[in-house]
Amino acid sequence: MSDLPEVKPPVVTPVRVVIGLCLLAPFVAMLWVGSYTKTDPAFIGIPFFYWYQLLWVPLSTVLTVIAYQLWRRDQRARTSAKGGADA
Amino acid sequence: MKDGVNGVALGVFIFFFLAVTVMGFLAARWRRAADEHTLDEWGLGGRSFGTWVTWFLLGGDLYTAYTFVAVPAAVYAAGAAGFFAVPYTILVYPLIFTFLPRLWSVSHRHGYVTTSDFVRGRFGSKGLSLAVAVTGILATMPYIALQLVGIQAVLDVMGVGGGASSNAFVKDLPLLIAFGVLAAYTYSSGLRAPALIAFVKDTLIYIVIAVAIIYIPIKLGGFDEIFKAASAKYTAAGAGGLVPAEAGQWTYATLALGSALALFMYPHSVTATLSGRSREVIRRNTTILPLYSLMLGLLALLGFMAIAAGVKVTNGQLAIPQLFEDMFPDWFAGVAFAAIGIGALVPAAIMSIAAANLFTRNIYKDFINPDATPRQETRVSKLVSLLVKVGALVFVLTMDKTVAINFQLLGGIWILQTFPSLVGGLFTRWFHRWALLGGWAVGMLYGTIAAYGVASPTQKHFGGSAKEIPGIGEIGYIGLTAFVLNAAVAVVLTFALRAFKAPDGVDETSPGDYTADAGDAGVETELPPATAEASH
Repeated sequence: MSDLPEVKPPVVTPVRVVIGLCLLAPFVAMLWVGSYTKTDPAFIGIPFFYWYQLLWVPLSTVLTVIAYQLWRRDQRARTSAKGGADA
Repeated sequence: MKDGVNGVALGVFIFFFLAVTVMGFLAARWRRAADEHTLDEWGLGGRSFGTWVTWFLLGGDLYTAYTFVAVPAAVYAAGAAGFFAVPYTILVYPLIFTFLPRLWSVSHRHGYVTTSDFVRGRFGSKGLSLAVAVTGILATMPYIALQLVGIQAVLDVMGVGGGASSNAFVKDLPLLIAFGVLAAYTYSSGLRAPALIAFVKDTLIYIVIAVAIIYIPIKLGGFDEIFKAASAKYTAAGAGGLVPAEAGQWTYATLALGSALALFMYPHSVTATLSGRSREVIRRNTTILPLYSLMLGLLALLGFMAIAAGVKVTNGQLAIPQLFEDMFPDWFAGVAFAAIGIGALVPAAIMSIAAANLFTRNIYKDFINPDATPRQETRVSKLVSLLVKVGALVFVLTMDKTVAINFQLLGGIWILQTFPSLVGGLFTRWFHRWALLGGWAVGMLYGTIAAYGVASPTQKHFGGSAKEIPGIGEIGYIGLTAFVLNAAVAVVLTFALRAFKAPDGVDETSPGDYTADAGDAGVETELPPATAEASH
């Protein structure tokens, strides 16, 4: 038993920063409520406040998919580099 | 508007109800395993579900009948403030992408069935594990009760089992029948029953939403007219609006974040997750689950349509069923009601299974009968799932509906207090077990007292889930404030306990356990991204 089993600090690489940003972006966009509390411009009669948030559903999905793909590629590269060692 | 029993709608409703009942019982034969008398089989469907079954199960589980009734009802009553459910579900997926694969891996390595199993294994503390289990059970019970409230709303609008009848037994008979059927097939088929029924439920729901979101606006003259009518209503009532007021923005954001953090602490979400076949199943699901968020958003818009359609109900919960009854032809209204009714059965079944697993593993096995065989565990779980449902039924029939809603509100605040132990434990062993327990106690206490002190025009206590955040002065979600307090206490106490060299529990897990995938022993291991999540 050790106090810090997961130390091996994740080596910060550009790819990992991008993954982090992809996962972080929806939080910034959704929690910054002031950026979207308005009714104009409306889309087919739906006020901005509503369609903007609905638009973020597919947007955040795309970001998650990107994060997923990048992570898989990152892992594969590491695994082959280390010859299948524990990541 | 309510004129007796709607025969056609009721007929369609009963047809679908019978169909899923048959499916529920047949489910026991679906992907049957050699030995069905283990908790892995009954309570986790043999941990064998692939991407699509898991998707239906999670969707059926998280987007409950109550959600379908309550979210548009909140929009109907307050406008924009009720729409926080959409950012909330958007934030859920990046979160689960980050931590659930780790939980899946470690649970599969060590045979954990519940989150409390993991907490006990990680921190070597039965006390902490008990705290997590009790919180989970307490938070789940009112949630099950609310599912029954959802069925009641539908029955009410169809003209059966409504409040009009003076005879209490006749009034509650339809609910009792629905409940009996649910209890019977959960008992016999376990998690396989809701997994199979979830297919029907979600297909019906998607059809109903797709039709509603196109058909109703056309009948009402377009979205322009709908939002104009809604705006006029909020102005006239002097409450609510099409966008949250300046003062409501903190509330909106904290509710979204707090609810997102809490969702996967609920035992039933974890049960559905652990039933997945591999790590990949979970990650892939975070990329297809948002389809449900979209559906929820469109559903929320129905609240505005109910206003524009002139639906006037004293009980907001009836707004959407009433809208369906008014706008749709009878037979399609029946389909919509069936969707909501079945939508209540699926989560109620999963929730009762999850609560029963918690009781069996973390109270019965840890404290009452440590030598329980798998067969005994399964028997206890089956019985407890029955008890939990009876409890929920008694709750709904004997107490006012607002009590169930109050408790559900408290449940959300409570369950969030298990976050530091669970997610903290998944990423680090730094926290001391007693510190986590201390933080949990402080969070529970603060959350309960704060919620008790919230008054609303209709209630003296538990009038809402938002309150002034001490030190910031804005109005925010109590659960999130309690969570921050909880985490802060856990950090401070950990430093203190480490300084005094308090005995640390034994950690039975190893770093590799958190990255293991199906069918491997060190091969093809993957790490979930441990990035970005320092944000909350």
